Amino acid sequence: MSTAGTRSPAADVATRVRYLLRIADTSLVLGQRLGEWIGHAPAIEEDLGLANTALDLIGQARLLLAYAGELEGRGRSEDALAFLREEPDYLNATLAEQPNGDFGDTIVRQFLLDAYQLELFERLATSTDARLAEIAAKAVKETRYHLRFSAGWLVRLGDGTAESQGRVQASLERLWPYTRELFDPDDTDREIAAAGIGPDAAALQAAWSARVDRVLSEATLRRPADSPYRWYGKQGRHSEHLGYLLSDLQYLQRTHPGASW
Amino acid sequence: MSDAHDWPLYEIFIRARGGLDHKHVGSVHAADVAMAIEHARDVYTRRLEGVSIWVVRSTDIVASDPADSDALFEPARDKIYRHPTFYEIPKEVETL
Repeated sequence: MSTAGTRSPAADVATRVRYLLRIADTSLVLGQRLGEWIGHAPAIEEDLGLANTALDLIGQARLLLAYAGELEGRGRSEDALAFLREEPDYLNATLAEQPNGDFGDTIVRQFLLDAYQLELFERLATSTDARLAEIAAKAVKETRYHLRFSAGWLVRLGDGTAESQGRVQASLERLWPYTRELFDPDDTDREIAAAGIGPDAAALQAAWSARVDRVLSEATLRRPADSPYRWYGKQGRHSEHLGYLLSDLQYLQRTHPGASW
Repeated sequence: MSDAHDWPLYEIFIRARGGLDHKHVGSVHAADVAMAIEHARDVYTRRLEGVSIWVVRSTDIVASDPADSDALFEPARDKIYRHPTFYEIPKEVETL
């Protein structure tokens, strides 16, 4: 299976599809989470800001899912992949599905993932997979703004009042354990890196870590200790939160199969 | 949405394209100028409306008093000759 204009790297198709789904699903699930803020953000301007980011993320997911569907060659469209898979078939990072909590929780989750996605997309922009590289090049620009938004808020909240600092530090402690999965390579990640499709996990982690440390220091927040526990959302083993999110996400297609506008 | 009431109001000006001037498009609440720029981006440039944003604290704008309208604007009403359409343009001037 090869696609016009795409070199065929050594990784097999199933591995490449799995890797694409990991990136796509992280954007999709995070976008869905941000969408839950619509009508509930602290100010209407933030409402729109979060919705804009959500739309960028869902746009990324669409491009990646459409590509994954073509590569897979089983006739599944982006919609079929987004709306009709079962929970263990979603391969997003566990961090992305964590509940919104308060605005600080959402900002911390967003910041950790924005910093990750920026480093990831910057590297994917030079992937040996030409189509993935094009999608990443577009996503990099969007992600730069996402990070500017979330890092800006993290600094405001961290370097804000005693109340805001305490709460956002607690959010950081709560969400930090989920970041380990992002840089914990399994066979899929290793095969993809070897084929030059995706980045080496250790290099990605070092760049992410340096970026995160700079912002945490500006925000006067303490970097939490790494925890030994590992999550494996990217292998389809999720926290208890994803099922509820999917029941919202999939409701319309499950209730009215094939509905479109 | 209570916190937004504590944020000052900023007037937003957007330049639609290079070469055009910044036009007033509306206002946003924000904690400071940096946030006002981001809010303006998120609220007023979602449909590719602009390439540049200016923000100004609304309280920094000094406006004319509507009560002074007669004194300020009425005197111009009967001086339509101030429009350039009354002048004949010489043929030699091509690009006026």
